[in-house]
Formats: sequence, structure tokens, C-alpha cells
Amino acid sequence: MTARADTRRLPGFSDRGPVSRSFRRFLGRASLTLFAVMILSAFLLPLLAMVTASLEDAGQRTTPGAPIYPASPATGTYQGETFEIYAVPIDGTTRTLMLVKKGRLESTFIDPADTTQAPIVWQGAWRTLQQSWVFDPKLNNFTTVWSQLSFPRLLFNTAAVAVLSTLGAVSSSALVAYGFARFRFPIKNILFVILIATIILPFQVTLIPTYAVFTKLGWNGTWLPLVVPHFFANAFNVFLLRQYFLSIPRDLDEAATIDGASPFRILRSVILPLSIPAITAVSLFHFFFSWNDFFLPLLYLAGKPELQTLPIAIQQYNALYVSQPTLIQAAALMTMAVPVVVFFLAQRAFMRGVVITGVEK
Amino acid sequence: MAKNSLSVAVPIATTRQNRRRMTPSRREAAWGFVFVAPWVIGLLLFTMGPLIASLVLSFTDFNLVRPEATRFIGLDNYVQMAGDPLVLQGLVVTARFAIIAIPVTMIASLGVALLVNSPLLFGRSAFRTLFYMPIQIPLVASTLVWIGFLNPETGWLNGLLGLVGIQGPDWTNNATWVYPALTLIGLWGIGNFMLINLAGLQSVPTELYEAARIDGAGPWSMFRRITIPLMSPILLYNLVISLITTFQYFTQAYVLTNGRGDPNNATLFINLDLFREAFANNHMGYASAIGWLLFVIVLALTLVLFLIARKRVYYAGGEA
Repeated sequence: MTARADTRRLPGFSDRGPVSRSFRRFLGRASLTLFAVMILSAFLLPLLAMVTASLEDAGQRTTPGAPIYPASPATGTYQGETFEIYAVPIDGTTRTLMLVKKGRLESTFIDPADTTQAPIVWQGAWRTLQQSWVFDPKLNNFTTVWSQLSFPRLLFNTAAVAVLSTLGAVSSSALVAYGFARFRFPIKNILFVILIATIILPFQVTLIPTYAVFTKLGWNGTWLPLVVPHFFANAFNVFLLRQYFLSIPRDLDEAATIDGASPFRILRSVILPLSIPAITAVSLFHFFFSWNDFFLPLLYLAGKPELQTLPIAIQQYNALYVSQPTLIQAAALMTMAVPVVVFFLAQRAFMRGVVITGVEK
Repeated sequence: MAKNSLSVAVPIATTRQNRRRMTPSRREAAWGFVFVAPWVIGLLLFTMGPLIASLVLSFTDFNLVRPEATRFIGLDNYVQMAGDPLVLQGLVVTARFAIIAIPVTMIASLGVALLVNSPLLFGRSAFRTLFYMPIQIPLVASTLVWIGFLNPETGWLNGLLGLVGIQGPDWTNNATWVYPALTLIGLWGIGNFMLINLAGLQSVPTELYEAARIDGAGPWSMFRRITIPLMSPILLYNLVISLITTFQYFTQAYVLTNGRGDPNNATLFINLDLFREAFANNHMGYASAIGWLLFVIVLALTLVLFLIARKRVYYAGGEA
């Protein structure tokens, strides 16, 4: 964050006095920002499409002439009955009128603003008219998904698996990272190289024996395969925490050692309290890695609806209701709600953690 | 007060240090092993053990229905794999996707990093957050969002293309367009690469740009001759990571077609083929062999990248 390169200030801007120069600079900044807004809007447009679809009735998207925002056909009442409203071209102007009597060659309309006026008979096919729509977001897709999927149970399952595996991953990785950061022991460097090398190991190559053993142990169809392996640390977490621990001055541990503290005690009372940002980052990463994981729940929980986590339940829901995009988009929105909200609350910790693992290697 | 406590502390410290010196490095080493033990045990149980076991299984016809009937069949699995059109298809699909998606992802993440690094941009940190955010969306959910967005009849993308007179393709059901479609979905995953690139851009010393400017260098030549060389270790890291993730590509392909690999096996990524062999067809020995094939490919590609990097990547320390 120290030295920033000003690569975008172009040479050749003529100096015509301070006012003009600062105005030009502002104009440059504004146009660059506008450009960024356009890119970002395109980037996030599918999210807007998702929100829109999730608030619509199932049939709206396939109705010709329907608007792209969530809407219902505009209606009015006449003599106690409800009628739909159309845009009717009459005498060169367009009036919005209520269609009370449909006919192939001529139809009868009433002005919804003043129903006491005489009915207007319009010559032409009413099917050619533009229907009027009013903005009308609906929440019933969400309530449908909520009850059809037994959403509270899914949320509980997903959160429980994520919390358990995060506890395991963070506590074990902190121990291991402390070991690598603070102690000299034989073959330490070899072990550390192996640790880093496990990053490039594709998980498929260890998948089948692990699956066979877990099945043999009776763990298939339980949360154990999704939780237990995380109690043995992993390369990314260890790496991130080790980098952070290395930045803590050794004087502090030495002072504690002099006071008679054991290494465990130093880790707990000196290192960990000073590493809250790194611990937070690792916890968040792991929590949402687990929350979002698809492959392992698919493998071990696909046949256990009562233990399933959100991603796999949503995928199965999609397979069932593929013809109902409004429900699917509502389900997608509900699946991403927790991770996205937490991300916005803790974005600093997240983004800092990425940089530690990615760059300071 | 500080001086006081120091004068008391010093003799205690020396005696302690003396005591430690009697079992000096041994004790430290023992503690070190205690702390790294969880990972070492995990490495043996969940990585090394299964790694060797899957190599052994790849020479057998092991399956979970009748594990007792497992026979050693030598290289049969590997011979079968060489002539298996689905394995070939899996590799071709994965390679085809990698050739489109990896460059697009690398360029997009560098481009966005340059954009949100510019001191001229208003609200830089808000832009960073928003460009990063989609990576937080569960892959299943983001894939479903994109499936909706890319729908040929009701999706917004083809609707927008229609406004400018372009008849958009049936993105996800067309054996050619499905790769650009999956690449688009992948763009939501640039967040980490973008942040890593951003940190790299910020670590380039400003003086280099100033010196270059004095020498009359334009923005493009500064980008090519300063930014890119200094960023090359980071770009290499991103490249290696995206290569590994591409060979593990699964969730998006599975969600897109509910694991069928449609259209016409165009999304039968090698990992999906392995999954089906192992868990639908119960050919676990064969699937282990496919797993090892994948491992060897990833290892070979990573080594090749590092060998190329030895010539091309600039390390500030001086070693080439």
C-alpha cells in the first residue's frame, strides 16, 4: 500500500493555467470512473437479472410484451368485475382503457379514470393492443422455495458443517503454523516444501481410497468426511498464519519464555491475540469454503436430505424445477445471501488475507 | 521502573538460558514436531496414504460393491484408458476450455487490477470490493444465475444482443458456445487473481516509472517494460493456480447439465468423467488410474511452466 504508480497520467497534457489543468484532470478522472462503472455494471448485470426474475410470476418472462421488471397486468374494476387495461390508439392519441368486452373485429372499452362515461367501441383486433403493466414485485417465489426445500434445516446443516470444519481447520492450522514459524527442527524445510507442494496435488488422485475408507468406516451419509479431515490443517491456512506469525517480533515470545511460559501458553497468550486479523481471515475463508463446497457434500450427502447442505440441495432443486426459472433464481438468491452479506461486513479481513497468501510467498 | 525490573530479570534470564543450553536444540525440535504433528498425521492419513493407495488401486479392478473380488490386473486400466473415447473427450474438453478461459481470466484480472489501481479513479476501494464480491457467491448459485442470464429465450444477454440486432446463440446448449458461456461464468471468479495482481502492481517501485517518464517512455512501453516484467512472478503464480483449478473443474459443469455432460459430451470435463466412472459405474480402480493421469498432467504442466519461467520470469532478488 506504500508506493502507488501513477501510470495513467498521460504526458502531453498542455498546461494552460491551473484552472484549466485541474478541470482537465477532473474530467479525466470522471471519464475513467464512468468507464469503470460501465464495466462493473456489465459484470454484475446477471445479479440484477436474478433479483428481477426472483420477484416475478412464473409466466411473466414468456408473455409477449411484458416488461423486464417484475410486474402484473394493470387492471381496473367496472360494475364489480375486474378487467385488464390496454393502450388503445384513438384519433391519433393513445389512451389507456379497460377492456370490458372482447371481440374479434371490435371491442368495448371503459375509461378506468371515469367509469361513468359511456363505453368506447374500438374497431380492430384487441389482441394487437399493448397491455398495460404495473410494477408489482412478489415474494411468493421465496416463500415457495423456503417451504419446499425446508430451508431452515438446510441453513442449519450448512452452518453446522461450516462451523465444525472451521473450528478444526483454524485450530489445527494455528498449531502447525506456530511450529513452522517459531521452532528449529530437522527436516523442517523439507516438510514445508511438501506442505506447499500439496497445493498442486489434485484432490481426485486421493479421492477414491479416501472414499472407500470413509465408506468402510460407516462415515458415508454423515458429516464426518466433511469435518474430520479439516482437523489436520491445510497448506493455505498454515501458510497464511505462518506468514503472519513470522511478522510478530520474537522478543515477545522470549520475554514470555523467561517468565516461564510454555510454548502452548505463548501461542495462546502472545501469538494468537496479536494475530486476530489473520485468524479472522482464515476463519472466514474456511467458513465459506465449506459453506460453498459442492463436491464432497454431493459425494457423501446426496442421498441424505435431512443432512444435506445448501449447494447440493439447490442443485437438486434446479434439476427438478428447471422449467421454473423464477423459483430457481429465488433459490440462488437465498443461497448466496449469507456469504455475500458477511463478505460486505468483513471485506477488509477477506481481501487482506488473499494478498498475504498470494503475494508474500 | 523499567531499569529496575531489567536488573532483576537479567540474572534469571541467564540461568534459564543456561538450563536450556543443556538440552538446547533437542527440546526446541521436540516442540516443533509436537506443533506440526497434526499436519504430518493428516498428510500421512489423507494425502500420502491415499496417494499410494490410489496408485495401487489403479492396477486393480477394485470396486466398492465387491471389494473382496479385487484382482491385480497390471496395466490394463492404463491400456483401456488410452483407447477410451470418453477419457479422450474429457481431456479435449478440459483443454479446449483451458485455452479459452485461462487467457481471458488472466487478462481480465490484470485489466481490472490496473483499473482499480489507478489513482485517478474515484471510489477505488468500492470498485475493488464489488469486483471481488462475486467470488463469494456459492458456485452452484452463481452458475444458476448465469444459466438464467444466458437463457436463449428469457435471458437478458440475448435480449440485449437482440436490441442491437444480434441473434444470440443458445449459449449453454450449443457444443461450441458452451465454452464461452462457461468462461463468462468463470469471470465471476477473478476476485483473488485481481487482488493478487493489485498487490503486485502496488509493489512496483514508483521511481522506476518516474525514471522511465523522464526518459520519455509512454504508458504502453512503461507497462510492457516495467509492469509486466516486475509482475511476472505473480502472473506465473496465477497461471499455475488457474491451471490446477481448470483440471479440477467440476461444479459448474455438473450444475449446468445435472452431471450429464451435455450437449453431446461437450461439458464432459475429465473430472466429471472420473466422477461418473467411480461413483455411477463403480469402476474405482479405473477411476484411480484416471486420477493419476490427471495428477501427472498437472505436475508436468506445472513443471513446464516453471521451466519456461526460469527464462522469462524476473525475480527482483537477481536469480533468474
